[in-house]
Amino acid sequence: MSERRAARPPETSARGIAERVRDGDITAERAAREAFVRGDDARVGPDGLNALLWTDREATLDAARGHATESDFVDRGDLAGVPIAVKDNIATLTLPTSCGSRILEGYVSPFEATAVTRLRNAGATIVGKTNMDEFAMGSSTENSAFGPARNPRDRSRVPGGSSGGSAAVVAAGMVPIALGSETGGSVRQPAAFCGIVGVKPTYGRVSRYGLVAFASSLDQIGVFGATVDDAAIGLQTIAGRDVMDATSADVPVERYVEASGASLAGLVIGRPKEYFPDFLDARIREKCDRAFDAFRKLGAEVRDVSLPHTDLAIPVYYIVAPAEASSNLARFDGVRYGLRVPADGLAATYEATRSRGFGKEVTRRILLGTYVLSAGYYDAYYKKAQQVRTLIADDFREVFASGVHLLFTPTTPSPAFPLGAKADPYEMYMSDIFTATANLAGVPAMSQPIGAVDGLPIGGQLIAPHFDEARMFGAAYALEAALGAEALR
Amino acid sequence: MAVTIDDVKHVARLARLGVTEERAGELVAELNGILGHMAALEKVDVEGVMAADGVGALGMPLRVDSGAPYPLRHPLDAFAPATRDGFILVPRLASHEDASEETE
Repeated sequence: MSERRAARPPETSARGIAERVRDGDITAERAAREAFVRGDDARVGPDGLNALLWTDREATLDAARGHATESDFVDRGDLAGVPIAVKDNIATLTLPTSCGSRILEGYVSPFEATAVTRLRNAGATIVGKTNMDEFAMGSSTENSAFGPARNPRDRSRVPGGSSGGSAAVVAAGMVPIALGSETGGSVRQPAAFCGIVGVKPTYGRVSRYGLVAFASSLDQIGVFGATVDDAAIGLQTIAGRDVMDATSADVPVERYVEASGASLAGLVIGRPKEYFPDFLDARIREKCDRAFDAFRKLGAEVRDVSLPHTDLAIPVYYIVAPAEASSNLARFDGVRYGLRVPADGLAATYEATRSRGFGKEVTRRILLGTYVLSAGYYDAYYKKAQQVRTLIADDFREVFASGVHLLFTPTTPSPAFPLGAKADPYEMYMSDIFTATANLAGVPAMSQPIGAVDGLPIGGQLIAPHFDEARMFGAAYALEAALGAEALR
Repeated sequence: MAVTIDDVKHVARLARLGVTEERAGELVAELNGILGHMAALEKVDVEGVMAADGVGALGMPLRVDSGAPYPLRHPLDAFAPATRDGFILVPRLASHEDASEETE
């Protein structure tokens, strides 16, 4: 196992912590305390990485102590005592859920997300809420109302986004697992930028009850892990049908950790040419080639394939997602929760509240979404985008029907960029060029470290057919083991 | 189909967002810049292609239109901006300005 965990001490992995707690070597409270110490050492708070927005140490330690005395979770849970951080758009009962926005500053949810409940029921301790682009709209965590987060590998650079805070606290070594959310790559892209593992499950694999909605046909809760094993344990814990979310699928959940050690003999891995365009950094291409070589040595066949509508994903995504967001964010009007800016009458209160509460990018996307849905433009933009989306989903269906089991691609076209480097909105949107396709098609995908360029991590992406996460994890475990320390070089 | 300043003001009204004159001008350029990239879609032949109404193998299921309200673990006044007697206070409608009940 040691080569899999690369440079990380095994005792801080999810499996390592849970074993120590179950064996009685340490208490859950001690495990939480150690996480806070690691977080302090890495300066994950506002004076450092600004990755962690909300914590309550005493309440967290109390909860960890309560776990030990009130239940038998700690005796048997997969996540006994494991400290986990949660993105700020996933509802928790004691810590705020602000979505990185002034409009929800200080809001504490009256209910808890199912994913969080499942983590706690497996013995985990929630140690804090992480920074994010406001309402998950962004690819750098620079759009947070509470200031940008920074990349632990190079503090002058972004950690990616929108779940940049979750990626940063895992990469900084504070926690082995964190929850994020994905709409167009918001887990995989920051995982790639920070040199960790990030998984976007199949649409419907994880309950979204308690996830603040951005674009409902795309949103999915995802998992960050320091290693493939951490991510596998996290995902298998939160996956599965939930009566509180009609879009959660009634499909059995496998134990993804059992994919460790799976043979890749006979596996066909597709190399889609559209993900290796001429403008791709040659050094990223080299790292991908090295990963393909590793897959071949493990017995897999690498096959050239084509997903011809790939370059249309960003235009489609930036019509569909803002359109859905313009509807979902209508609920933030100063009436039922969050900020209220009193004005003369109801309509004026709506306008005053929303104008003050939403930041620049959220406002821009609401207006864009409202525009593409408005009379006269609906057919040209929204309907057309939904039709092209069908073509993108068909690309995946056809390639997987042709006998290809998995696809492997770079996760991003470049490594983490400096803060402030992308001022043009569309240039920022292009960060999601290799990730948004999986959200549009609803298929599962994950990013893992496959090397470094100028000391900055590079991510490789595996994409699988719907609900085939187990096979995806099998390949990810095998690649991680084959690359060993090379995954970080 | 270039976006005009009137379009920006129109959609801002629809979206209940106040936008200053200066910001509206900037948004014209920003939205046109973004929508310019969407022109790639115009060239795609979608004759006979169904618009996606969901994703994945399962379509877009709807929840059963019944059942108890979601249980709340914190009282209403812990998260609502203004409440009275267990109800949320809503700002008065401008057209009801003479209404005797003051809600703010």
